[in-house]
Amino acid sequence: MAGRKRDDTITADTFLEGIWRENPVFVMLLGMCPVLAVTNSVMNAIAMGLATTFVLIGSSTLVSLLRHVIPKQVRIATYIVIIATFVTIVDYVIQAISLDLYNALGAFIQLIVVNCIILGRAEAFASKNRPLKAVVSGLGMGSGFTIALLCLGSVRELLGSGTLLGFSVFGAQFEPWVVMILPPGGFFVLGGWLLLFNWLRERKASPEVKEAVHAR
Amino acid sequence: MHADSLTYIFLNAAIVNNFVLALFLGICPFLGVSAKLKTAVSMGIATMLVMLISSICAYAINNLLVAYDLEFLRLISYIAVIASAVQLVEMSMKKFSPSLFRALGIFLPLITTNCAILGLALFQTAKEYDFVQSVSYALGAGTGFILALVLMAGLREKLELAEVPGISQGAALSLMLAGILSLAFMGFAGLGA
Repeated sequence: MAGRKRDDTITADTFLEGIWRENPVFVMLLGMCPVLAVTNSVMNAIAMGLATTFVLIGSSTLVSLLRHVIPKQVRIATYIVIIATFVTIVDYVIQAISLDLYNALGAFIQLIVVNCIILGRAEAFASKNRPLKAVVSGLGMGSGFTIALLCLGSVRELLGSGTLLGFSVFGAQFEPWVVMILPPGGFFVLGGWLLLFNWLRERKASPEVKEAVHAR
Repeated sequence: MHADSLTYIFLNAAIVNNFVLALFLGICPFLGVSAKLKTAVSMGIATMLVMLISSICAYAINNLLVAYDLEFLRLISYIAVIASAVQLVEMSMKKFSPSLFRALGIFLPLITTNCAILGLALFQTAKEYDFVQSVSYALGAGTGFILALVLMAGLREKLELAEVPGISQGAALSLMLAGILSLAFMGFAGLGA
């Protein structure tokens, strides 16, 4: 990633920001609806993550290319129309590739339109930066979103049906925790991940407290 | 109860398949506006109004699109309808209740990106409801949204006074709470089926 000496340089940070420090799900709590709804299996989580990443990159590119053309007053409406166009493409593509997957994800493919991450990135980043940088950042945000979906999907599938990507992990005698693949499981698992991250952050933020505890 | 009867559609949308707690639609306002009971109620009512208006408009537009063979434009036209409906509610609220308008602030325009509303329009199209059924479905979904929001706000107001471990403050605790609420609503599954 060779950066130029301008303020639109692309650094590794442009990409990595979306994965960790500004992770859309775990840090910014955006786009919660698909995160909770389609993560009952790893396969669904991957498909949803990839679809959202595609829409994110496509709309970021177009918004960034058109950023001097779009009038300020109607920009939100324009962004939504651009996003809806890409979502319609994804919708038809998934329908063509795998009908099973399409039925499993249901209305949530079309609901990518109202995913706040995409509109938020279009408004906050793509409309102010050059296309290439917008693409890299979109890729980062999309990966961050996909990783978050995977985190939830793997825990829920592992506990809820004892499988991972359809392969049995715990063997036949495992009694699945059905609640994990039902709606409440989504809330519990995401809550659990947030607790874990809060705990890690707290530990990292106060090493002196930890030392004090150790010294006693 | 018959699956097409209006009571069934209403109860199904409001309780059995509650939009927030069973279908995961509209989680953002559910977590964002549920800190105070009063704002939760007004936000719920505003959302319900938008749902009703956009459901009726979506029904009309869908008929138009089907007649002209333009179904691929459905998503784009629905979102445009919803954005206009939100604008309408925002303007009338500014005129009739300026204090409420100020209280809701940024969350009012954000109703546009509430997936419960687009979801409602898409579901009623997928289920091929007629006009009266669509209205009943929209009213049910709106009631369900208000119910979930008010329950959550009531719980969170009480929770303000409770002492919880530092790391579980904020979103993590709200999500756990939502999980328990959702667990409770699962008890209604199979009702009337």
